[in-house]
This record gives sequence, C-alpha cells and structure tokens, in this order.
Amino acid sequence: MTDILKSSRRGFLKTGAVFGSGLLISFAVPGARRIASLTNAQGGMFAPNAYLSIGTDNTLKVLLAHAEMGQGIWTTLTMMIAEELDADWSKIVVEHAPPGEPYKHPAFGIQLTGGSSTTWSEFERYRKAGAMARALLVQAAAARFGVQPSACKTENGYVIAGDKRASYGELAADAAKLPPPTDVPLKEAKDWKYIGKGAKRLDTPAKINGTAIFGMDVHFPGMLTALVAHAPVFGGKVKSFDASKAKAIPGVRKVVQVPSGIAVLADHYWAAKKGRDALKIEWDLGPGTSVNTTQLFADYRKLADTPGIKVVQEGNADAAFSKAAKIVEAEYTFPYLAHAPMEPLNCTIKLEDGKCEIWTGTQAPGLEQAAAAKILGLKPDQITVNTTFLGGGFGRRATAACDWVTEAAEIIKAHGKGTVKLVWSREDDTRGGYYRPAFLHRVKVGLNAEGAPIAWKHMIVGQSIMAGTMFEVMMKDGIDPASVEGVNDSPYMEAIPDRYIGLHSPRNQVPVLWWRSVGHTHTAAVMETMIDELAHTAGQDPLEYRRKLLKNHPRHLSALNLAAEKAGWGKPLPAGRFRGIAVHESFLSYVAHVAEISINDDGSIRVHRVVSAIDCGLAVNPDGVKAQIESGINFGVGGALTSEITLENGRVQQSNYHDYRVARMFDTPLEIEVYIVDSKEKMGGVGEPGVPPVAPAIANAVFAATGKRLRDLPFSKTNLKA
Amino acid sequence: MVKLNINQKEYSVDASMDMPLLWVLRDLLGLTGTKFGCGMAQCGACTVHLDGDAVRSCVTLVSRAVGKKIVTIEGLSPDTTHPLQLAWKEVDVPQCGYCQSGQIMAAAVLLKENPNPTDQDIDDAMSGNICRCGTYPRIRKAIHLAAKMQQEGGNGK
Repeated sequence: MTDILKSSRRGFLKTGAVFGSGLLISFAVPGARRIASLTNAQGGMFAPNAYLSIGTDNTLKVLLAHAEMGQGIWTTLTMMIAEELDADWSKIVVEHAPPGEPYKHPAFGIQLTGGSSTTWSEFERYRKAGAMARALLVQAAAARFGVQPSACKTENGYVIAGDKRASYGELAADAAKLPPPTDVPLKEAKDWKYIGKGAKRLDTPAKINGTAIFGMDVHFPGMLTALVAHAPVFGGKVKSFDASKAKAIPGVRKVVQVPSGIAVLADHYWAAKKGRDALKIEWDLGPGTSVNTTQLFADYRKLADTPGIKVVQEGNADAAFSKAAKIVEAEYTFPYLAHAPMEPLNCTIKLEDGKCEIWTGTQAPGLEQAAAAKILGLKPDQITVNTTFLGGGFGRRATAACDWVTEAAEIIKAHGKGTVKLVWSREDDTRGGYYRPAFLHRVKVGLNAEGAPIAWKHMIVGQSIMAGTMFEVMMKDGIDPASVEGVNDSPYMEAIPDRYIGLHSPRNQVPVLWWRSVGHTHTAAVMETMIDELAHTAGQDPLEYRRKLLKNHPRHLSALNLAAEKAGWGKPLPAGRFRGIAVHESFLSYVAHVAEISINDDGSIRVHRVVSAIDCGLAVNPDGVKAQIESGINFGVGGALTSEITLENGRVQQSNYHDYRVARMFDTPLEIEVYIVDSKEKMGGVGEPGVPPVAPAIANAVFAATGKRLRDLPFSKTNLKA
Repeated sequence: MVKLNINQKEYSVDASMDMPLLWVLRDLLGLTGTKFGCGMAQCGACTVHLDGDAVRSCVTLVSRAVGKKIVTIEGLSPDTTHPLQLAWKEVDVPQCGYCQSGQIMAAAVLLKENPNPTDQDIDDAMSGNICRCGTYPRIRKAIHLAAKMQQEGGNGK
C-alpha cells in the first residue's frame, strides 16, 4: 500500500493542506472493459466507460468512485453525468463502484472519499463520462436515422432528429459497438440544466422507508455475528482467557482469539453480546496505562516552552516583542474527540473456496481490499469489496490501518470459512480510539501602536495523524501538515514580519485520525479567537479589524462581508443576545459564520442563530451545499460545546452518547441561514469547511456577552455564571 | 416461540424473552429499517411504535411487545406516503440517513399527540433522537410541513 502512495506522493504533496491547493487533473475515462466484466450485462448493454452503463430497458446506471456518507455525492456526481448525457432523471440507478483503477481519486491517486474533494475533483471526469456516452448514442442514432450526427439533438433520454426519435435503451446495443471518441466537448455553462441548479437527493426515498442498506443491514442465511472484547487500554494484549461461560450462552457458536482481542461468534448480536459479557480475560495492558489526559496537557505545556520543529520562521519574533506597543498571550487546549457516527463500525466478510467478499461502509475500499488480502493470503483481485451506504463517516471510516476490516478478516481467518458480520457496539466505538488528537496551542502576539500584529509566536503540540502510517509520505521535515494547516497558511500571517511557528508531535498509544475538517478543528478556533482578542485589544470592531487584515484576500472578504450583512452585524439585538464572528478557509472553500448566543441561567451557552456564507466557487448543487454547511455547523456545535474524550490510566472515561455528548436538537441553533457567494473562483469542498469557524464564532460571542475568553474546549467545562 | 404483531402481520419467532425487540426485528426477522445506534436508549435510532407509543426497541424486551401492535418504519405507510415521509422528501432531510427511521417514527407519535407543534414542542420531543449529520433544522422544517399537510387533507394520498 505504501508503494501505491509513494507513486502518487507528488499528487499528495501538491494537494497540501489536506488536500488543499491547486492541482492539475489529468483526464481519462478508462475502464470500459472492466465495467463490462463487473456487471451482469444483459445483451445489448452499453457501458462506454467505467462510470455509467445504459441497459436496453433505458436504465442508466451510474457508478460512483466515491462513497455516499451523507454529503450528497450520490446525487451530485450523478447530476454531472445526467447533465452531459441529457439523461432521463427518472431512469437513474446509482451504485458504489468496486475498488479499481478507474475509480482512483483524480488528485490523490488512491480510491478515497475525503478532504471535501469529491465534487471538484470529479467535475471533469464525470461530465466527460456523460458526454462521451452521449456522443456514441448520437452516432448510433445518426447511422440508424440516416442523418449526420450534427442533425441530432438529445433530450431526456432520447436522440431526436426531425420526426425520428430513439431512446438510449434502443440505441444501447448499436452504441456499444462503436469505438469511444478520444475527446468530446462539454456543454457551456449557459446550457446547464442541473449544474448550478440542483436536484432532489436520489437517496432520500430509500432513507425514509427503511430500505436503504447500510453495512449494519447486510444479512445472509447462516451468517454469524461477531463482537470482540478489546483491551481496556490501547495497545493491551490478551494474556489468557476463559470462554467456558460465554460458550454456554444459547446462540454462541464459537470464541476465537484475534490480534485485537477475543471474538465471540453467535447467531445474532444479542447472543454475541451476552457471550462477550461472560468472557473472563486477563490482559497484558502494556505501556498504554500511562496515558492520563490531565497529565498529557501538563506535559504538552512543558513542551510548548521549547522551540520544537520549526514550521515557519521569518525575522525574529522573540526580539520583535520588545518593539510591540501591546502584547497578548494565550494558551488553548483541545480534547480528544470521537467521530461517533450513528452507525457503529461493522463489516460482513465471507470466505469460501479461496475467495473472499466484503460488505462494509468505507471511505477507502481499495485500502480495505489490500488489507484483507494481506491477512488472508489472497491477491487483492480475489477479494470483492461492496461498499454499502455509510451511516456517517466524518473521517472515521478512512483509517490507514483499516482497523475494523482488518479485525473482520482476522476473525474469518481464525474461524476458517463462512460468513461473519463483525459489529462494534457503541461502547466499542466510543472507546475504540482513532480520535481527533488532543492539542495545545500557545500564542504570543505583539501589536504596534495602531493595533496591527507585528510579531507572532505560535507553538503547537499534539500527536501527528500521519506519522507511523502509510500517509507518512505526505510529511516533510517531520511536519504533519494536518497538525499545522490553518496556522502556517493563515492569511493573517503573511503581513507579519517577525513570526515563528513551532511544532511538537509527541507520541503515545492513543490512535488518532482525521475528524471532520482535521487540523482546522483546532487551528481555526485558535486563529479566529486570537484575532478577535487582538481586535478588542486594539479597540477596534472585530469585523472591521478582520477586513483590514484580510484586504488582500478577496474570497475571505466575500464570505465575511456576506455573512456580516445577512446577520445584521452592528445592529441591535434582543436583550441578552450577543454576536461573534469568524472566517476561515479550509479544503479550498471560504466560510464565515456569525453566531448569536445567550448565556443560560446555569452558566451554559445557548446558540440561537448562525448566519453563514460560503465561497466554494461554483456550487454544483446549491441545496446540497447549504445542507453540508448546516451539517457542519451542528457538528461544530457539538464539538465546541460538549464533546470530550478523557483518559485515566489509559482507560477512556466515556462510553456512550450519555457521557460523550454530541449535539442534540435542543443544543443546536433554531435558525441557521446559509448564503452562497456568487463566485466564479476555483471550486472548493463543502463537507468540512462549515465546521472550523463554528467554535470561534461562539467563543467570540461569549466574550461579547461576558468578557470571558473561552480557550479550553469543550466550552461546557466553563461555568459562565460562576 | 414468541408471537408478535408487526406492521399488521403475525409473526412467530424463536427468541428468548429477554432479547431486546430491536434484535428480534433486525437479526431474526430481517426488518433492518429499525437501526442500532447505542443500545441504551440514548440515540433514538431504534424507535418503533408499541400500541401507538414511541419506544426505544434496543431496551424494550420482546416480552413487553407480546400482544401489542408493533409498527416499524417499514409499516409506517404502505407506499412511503405518510405525511412525514412526503415532507422528508420535499425538504430533503436525510444525509447519511442512518438515524432517519428513528427520527420519523418519533415524529409520527409527536404529530399524533400534538398535530400542530411549535419549535419548542419539536425540540422537546425530538432531542432524544441524535442525528450526527445535524439535519435538525430540516427535521424541524419537515415536521412543520407534515403537520400542515395533515391538517390540509389526510395523509397526502
């Protein structure tokens, strides 16, 4: 797998700030033969490329190189094909593609859904796939009608020339015999019917009547369900175990040891759970018992006293502070966070006759395939991976370690053969690691007499996500871009002559991972509350202060100004309500939020309203963009207000949604307004960029309300009436 | 054998009486529209109706469901035309979709008991149902829309 990545390292590196800045998409529509071999082709099916096929019954099947986990690409990628193909929207069937060359991410080089990149990265490839199919259908129709292709037009699944018309299904067999064109023109923007206008989500009907199939819903006769008892401490190993009581539970069929613990295989979840509860296990806990989050932050604080790895050094920040009129210093802490998707992790795996088949909701099916192949001693092409709907991802279903699929493969290997569904309980998920790493930031800023920052020293301490994984190839000089993105590339930094950004990436046993918006989850909170603090220190309005500092950053400004205008920035609010503002770029998009809050009698925060503006370039599916920003805001509200994973003696203290608090309806703003900047700029992502500015907008509003700066997340740690 | 009435059909199933209804539905009867999210009545993904009340099937022993009318998402309407389903479609509520069966089943009981709920009523009734995608604003909007549809003419058929 590392080889796969190394070969595409340039692609990875170029994409920079998790997958940020510019890259050239080389375009190809490969895989016609492959797709033909993958589908149960009825006679006459037309599969001009790997991304679509048309049956004689007029069904248009679209194959997605990316996974649908809520972000809406089931619909948006399909819109791209339908647009160029002039397809009949009512005849569309969508499926996740299997692992395969044609489905590798055009920019990242592996098959991966992440980095808020699906729409912009596929905008050429999926439109061209549709355009190529259309060209062949037109050619087939022209031959049949005895006219020139230029005399034909396409509309709603038909090719039409004068009074002659043929449906795409009728033309499929003829079109399938034609050689694919090397290049095809795309529609001009003025002719778009779907792009920029939108379409209803194609997955809604199945998701409101119980028919949508998630990994958890996969079932086969005779299948066993497995639950695994994991060590109570990360890195712990089984010393010995006694399964006699577990085996006595009705429905329990087998107990096997796997590298990650003891697996109980039973007829159904309930028996497996009761069996697991009845296991007696002696653990060799190992060094993981030393992790205490209170101590961890104390250690991080000491590390922040030392220079660390130099990320950025310009001028001499330490010396420049002596020239400053005012100095602001602050320290910030961010806890470990679990993704806690609604669907706990699961994987169904079938092994027989040297062949293996997997059903799971994953953001990286090719990696899962390779991981399972290695464990089972098979070649990747002996393993079929079926990607189901994902019951939430947020990064958790994209691990370099392929942790849950690996566990399922180990179980079936130990079991021998048959079909097993591995299911994690909610407790397994909450305590299973792969958290957003805990971070500490320490920032010292010197202001000149006019209140502008002239010296900035910024220490960042926290575990690297990429170090020690296959993604390490993206690191340079020991710097994990995911630890510093949002600080080292902050638009506020470039005008500051003396600055130093230092990084420490301590290691421990707790596995860490990207959590919706990755490094920006903490860096945006630091930057945007610090800027607010500087504005107040300088005696200036926080919006005006930002406008001055961002004067050379038109996309930040367009989002900032639109949000401020729509929120009525500067206008009076009802008694007890206060506003805060924040703007941040991530994943190539620019988002500003204005949060309106009040302080409850018990000292907690109520967020009433968030007004948001995004510049993501072309919004292919505007309602989908709005839905993602709404989603990002509410995801961010949970992270800002209540979510926290703590460890004592290596043991995670939270277990389920009652003590790992994510946003419930009553925690979230009653009013969310999202405005999309009318932008012709480069396209960006929308799945993640709504998250980063949430916490700082709320914290800045709390400052407006109370004069208190919240710098330790989650904010529920601080009683604002105390 | 345990006899159950689910979605107006009689089932006979080999389950121990201490098994939660959720696992009877999902693992023994293949009614997988009802979801497992937490196993301790914290998230609402497993919400079903028991004689018209919304219950968390993950903590409802099957013994409690015997002799009662059980309705799951599969039985809420025969053709996805319950006003809530129509409203959910109109507003495009779901994202990942995993929690939505439970959201709709909880909302159905809310609307039955309170045909014209306020935002506060909705927040009070629905805050036991977690949506990690944060579709809450659209859930509120769709419940209001369904309430309107219900008042204007039956179930929208």
